[in-house]
Amino acid sequence: MAEKCKTCELFDSGHRACGGCGAALAARLVTKAAGTETIVVSSTGCMEVFSTPYPETAWKVPWIHSLFENASAVASGIEAALKKQGRKEKIVIMAGDGATFDIGMVCISGAFERGHDFTYICYDNEAYMNTGIQRSGATPYDASTTTSPAGSHSFGNKRPKKDMPAILAAHGAPYVATASIAYPADLMQKVEKAMGTPGPCYVQVHAPCCTGWGFEGDQTIAIAKLAIETGLWPNFEMVDGKVTKVKKVVRKPVTEYLKTQKRFRHLFKPKQQDAEIAAIQAIADRNAEKYGLDIKLKKE
Amino acid sequence: MALTVGCRARPGKSRDNKTGSWRVFKPIFDHEKCSKCGMCQTLCPEGCIHEDAEGTFIPDYAYCKGCGICAEECPKEAIAMKQEEK
Amino acid sequence: MMEITEGSHAVAEAVRLCRPQVVSAYPITPQTHIVEALADFVANGTLDAEYINVENEFSALSACVGASAAGSRTYSATTSQGLALMFEVCFNAAGMRLPIVMSIANRALGAPLSIWNDMQDSISLRDAGWLQFYAEDNQEATDLHYIAYRVSEDYKVLLPSFVCFDGFILSHTYEPVDMLTQADVDRYLPKFSPPERLDAADPISFGMYATPEYYLEFRYEHDKALKGARDVIAKAGKEFATLFGRDYSAMVEGYQLNDAETVIVAMGSLCGTIKDAIDEMRADGKKVGLLKIRVFRPFPSEDVAKFIKAAQQVQRIAVLDKNISLGAKGATALEVKDALYGSAVPIWNYILGLGGRDVRKKDIKDIVALAEKGQGDQFYGLRKEVL
Repeated sequence: MAEKCKTCELFDSGHRACGGCGAALAARLVTKAAGTETIVVSSTGCMEVFSTPYPETAWKVPWIHSLFENASAVASGIEAALKKQGRKEKIVIMAGDGATFDIGMVCISGAFERGHDFTYICYDNEAYMNTGIQRSGATPYDASTTTSPAGSHSFGNKRPKKDMPAILAAHGAPYVATASIAYPADLMQKVEKAMGTPGPCYVQVHAPCCTGWGFEGDQTIAIAKLAIETGLWPNFEMVDGKVTKVKKVVRKPVTEYLKTQKRFRHLFKPKQQDAEIAAIQAIADRNAEKYGLDIKLKKE
Repeated sequence: MALTVGCRARPGKSRDNKTGSWRVFKPIFDHEKCSKCGMCQTLCPEGCIHEDAEGTFIPDYAYCKGCGICAEECPKEAIAMKQEEK
Repeated sequence: MMEITEGSHAVAEAVRLCRPQVVSAYPITPQTHIVEALADFVANGTLDAEYINVENEFSALSACVGASAAGSRTYSATTSQGLALMFEVCFNAAGMRLPIVMSIANRALGAPLSIWNDMQDSISLRDAGWLQFYAEDNQEATDLHYIAYRVSEDYKVLLPSFVCFDGFILSHTYEPVDMLTQADVDRYLPKFSPPERLDAADPISFGMYATPEYYLEFRYEHDKALKGARDVIAKAGKEFATLFGRDYSAMVEGYQLNDAETVIVAMGSLCGTIKDAIDEMRADGKKVGLLKIRVFRPFPSEDVAKFIKAAQQVQRIAVLDKNISLGAKGATALEVKDALYGSAVPIWNYILGLGGRDVRKKDIKDIVALAEKGQGDQFYGLRKEVL
């Protein structure tokens, strides 16, 4: 088991993330849960860029960045090397949603199919943030990004979020979970569980981005909570492909989440787009149905 | 300082970058109201809130970017954001 | 010990003796026999390595990046389309200063698709910052792997190497090869011990990004290390010669250069054919010589200039290229011309052998005749009837 680090910080101050950055918090919490006997493999992206401008590095654990799409393949090589050298460090991949859902798909699929022992953390801020907010496979339906902008002829991103947890569960991943920086203890527990489960494990961490989504930096946690409370971000665990634990909520209507962020502003101004909001509500309802999100209130 | 081989570095130098200079608003901690729950320390993206020997939570203003998450999330409303005099 | 063995198998055996801890494998003609042989070794316990069946070549080299950074000697093999797919990772691995050794069974690049030999694949990556060795025959193909690991892992170098040998022509032919023993290789190649590695005991960040303030200097250091490999090759090659009798200390080699009036410059298996053709031409009274280039990166400009200067009778130089920088000339010709800048000797470029077009002794003689007539800078051997 990884040496835990309740009081030490393995992700140092002085990094260049925006104030209020969800991903920076994710990096801190994940490394706290992982402990010192960890090798972190990062893909290109916000986290890599704000943490390692030569010669400043915020990482106090061994860390490697190779390319945008190949963290899983690099991790596969590290795992093989550690095995041969008889070393016990654990491997944690930290990659954004762009690197995970899109450009890294081939490498992830290969690594998960081969069953390497590592933990893959996707910090999901739902777009290519480092390059200035472009649409990824994780961008939610109707979110406005620079490559899926809302306009007179468009409501923004046309496609729902790709279901990465299901894809990786289908690869036979023994443990797959979603988590959020809104619930740090839950997040860290899931990271520990993933690291303690042999084989390729995946934890998708919701990391709201104030700069990219358009909200004030102090709202990061509140918005992360709303994502869960509206059912748009189901928080769950899967063991051997079966959903075993789910965070149940008394569900709020999706408008409470959507109205907090500029990326959904076009659904309300200049006029409210009821059909679009209903479509997003339907996504939340389907999530609630699929994962059993709703707290069943006792009948009087 | 001589270059490392292959653009590598050991830990520590990120602390040379005093991100406290980014701040517009500054969190002021009221230790009377504090219930010592540690939520501020847990949620700070900079990891710059530290617990002292008495269990009080102190922000490190050298790095605090003034994002306001600690103030927003403190269950006792013990942290207030004040515009900084420069 | 002398063995008659297929080129791929000799290379696989040499790699086995180098004791890589991690091998990543993806099939592609004509290197597949190498990774198959290595898989057999692992399955039968004669190679103690982790063998990763990656999903494509990009991941093959990426896995090597991880393994090398974590402190293990690592290996992969590829060619043509596979090497092209690795393009991004090649620059990355070299810039990260990871001493990976990769075999390239040289093959033409598509389109049009071709499985047959030419050198376009590795030549097209000459900018990537890797060392590039080119083998004349299977003996060299085999030995150059020991040399490559030794040179790459030297602290003054710390750069990855391509060991290139012509696909099919060398990889699939049986030649007599003197194979070293495990004890031999253990004596020559020390255990891999990089100055830094991914290790919780001494955390380091690998692969940071460099702002304009630093990037130029990193590239300068990289270039310096690559050019400095010349001295490391000299030392490593001399030691190999002392132990095993075959000398790889020079980056170029002359054959019958002293009184040559026509000098042919070439790399790879062409050199064997050229040497035979030279013997026949000399018997007919024609004074032809060969300057063989065995290391293409770092480019041996000084040595090329020195050897040509010493060939005091030279009247013309014919540079043969099994590659072409389309829209310009063959890569070797361009580099040779640069090395010989200021010389009055005409230098002619012949593009030949592309996509597996056979090159015979007769062709070499024809090329010498063309050079004598002052006809060059052309494709050689075009089938006019299909144009």
